[in-house]
Amino acid sequence: MAKHRGRGMAAINYPIGMNLGGDPSQALVHSNPSGKFTVALSSIDLGQGMKSVTRQICAETLGVPVEDVYVDTADSDTGPHCMGSFASRGTHRVGNAVMAAAREARGVMMEAAAEELEVNASDLETDGRGNIHVKGAPHRSIAVKDVAIAAQFKQGKTISGRGIFLVPLSEVDPETGEMSPATCYAHACLVAEIEVDDETGEVAMVRMDSAYELGRALNPKLVEQQLVGGAWMGVSHALYETPEPYYPDPSHGPRDFNEYVMPGPGDICPHDIAVLERPAPDGPFGGKGPGEMCANPVLPAVANAIFNAIGVRINDLPITPEKVLRALKAQGGARPQARR
Amino acid sequence: MSKTPVQFRHNGVDVAVFVDGGANLLTAIREGVGDTAPKFGCGQGTCGVCTVLIDGEPHLSCITLAEAVAGRSVETADGLKNGPDLHPLQRAFMEHFAAQCGFCTPGMLMAAKALLDKNPAPSRAEVVEAIGGNICRCTGYEPIINAVLAAASAGPGRQRA
Repeated sequence: MAKHRGRGMAAINYPIGMNLGGDPSQALVHSNPSGKFTVALSSIDLGQGMKSVTRQICAETLGVPVEDVYVDTADSDTGPHCMGSFASRGTHRVGNAVMAAAREARGVMMEAAAEELEVNASDLETDGRGNIHVKGAPHRSIAVKDVAIAAQFKQGKTISGRGIFLVPLSEVDPETGEMSPATCYAHACLVAEIEVDDETGEVAMVRMDSAYELGRALNPKLVEQQLVGGAWMGVSHALYETPEPYYPDPSHGPRDFNEYVMPGPGDICPHDIAVLERPAPDGPFGGKGPGEMCANPVLPAVANAIFNAIGVRINDLPITPEKVLRALKAQGGARPQARR
Repeated sequence: MSKTPVQFRHNGVDVAVFVDGGANLLTAIREGVGDTAPKFGCGQGTCGVCTVLIDGEPHLSCITLAEAVAGRSVETADGLKNGPDLHPLQRAFMEHFAAQCGFCTPGMLMAAKALLDKNPAPSRAEVVEAIGGNICRCTGYEPIINAVLAAASAGPGRQRA
């Protein structure tokens, strides 16, 4: 009885968003009389930080401080339409819609400022700190707050903008089945090192090394957080989680967290991540988004590492101790493969 | 069914609530006291989101009888802050991005507080042990462990009197 180390690798690409009905998401941006901006969305932040990223995108496009933007994801009955937070589409799809809406709102804001400063709007620029001034003449300046007040109470304008992301529906070639289901792809490569106990069938993670290419990382800390946590969920899918673990009868399946097994803090391993940034031409400021892709390479990498360690191919997930032991028995013991 | 009065200290304040016979502490805190910091997760003591401290010891409030805390002191994540000042653990959780969806956070904070109150300089293994009964779905635990270690290394004076 022994423990066997193995190493496995997997490389994937992952489509950002999808193309069912054009994958639309809409955004509305408007200023309040205080000069602060509200982004109205029906998109939901599931915790990965879509509200933070759309706030950054809006502030950057408007040319105002990020503190002056509030993202409201309140209500899909009253907000602009969104397909939803799935398919890793939030940053790219919703971000593009917010960018378009903010661009239109910026146009109105600059026109209103131009009227107050009695200059041409094309001669104005924002300083990113809440002011608008004449290019090359920073003393000819007006605060965004005063522009908002003037628009609201004097000029009778709403500083607002509408944005939508929509891709043309991709037709399927009836002969070949060829189509273009996505507009951009993220990529990942991951090496997993594991240890298999051939007495218990347990697989322990030893370490992971990965590289993710996800366009520009619009918020590097949030990207890192998503990659660390997402890879761990990949481990959970590879080795632990299943509603029908061992037996064909579903009534033997797990009923609660005692039986539906998930890794705890004692099961984690070191994970070294490299983030490669190749800005997407059609992404908001080049962003694609890490999304679901962060979990995906872990599963094949772990399965490959198990083959490398004990010489058995297990083709259905999760790779539970019982499956490992059954496979070892069928093979007549562990056959460690060449170490790569 | 008749209700039973239970008096206990909740985050330093004496409270009294009426509970059904057999009611759990989590319900008494959330619905009786109105403190929704401890969450209802699995309801059977396996996920850790309902963790509170009773006389400084971590307990799973969903499987603790409300009547069992009569006359005792209960702390929840809602009591960590001091006015506008966050507890060092809360600050460390923010700075180390130790929350994504945030549902496990109140339980993680209390499990970590129970550790640091007793052991101000824990090892990494001791932190893992202390939060071992708490499940997190988002972070992969690494940022949480790092946050607890950072709060510990913030040094003496970090604990509020």
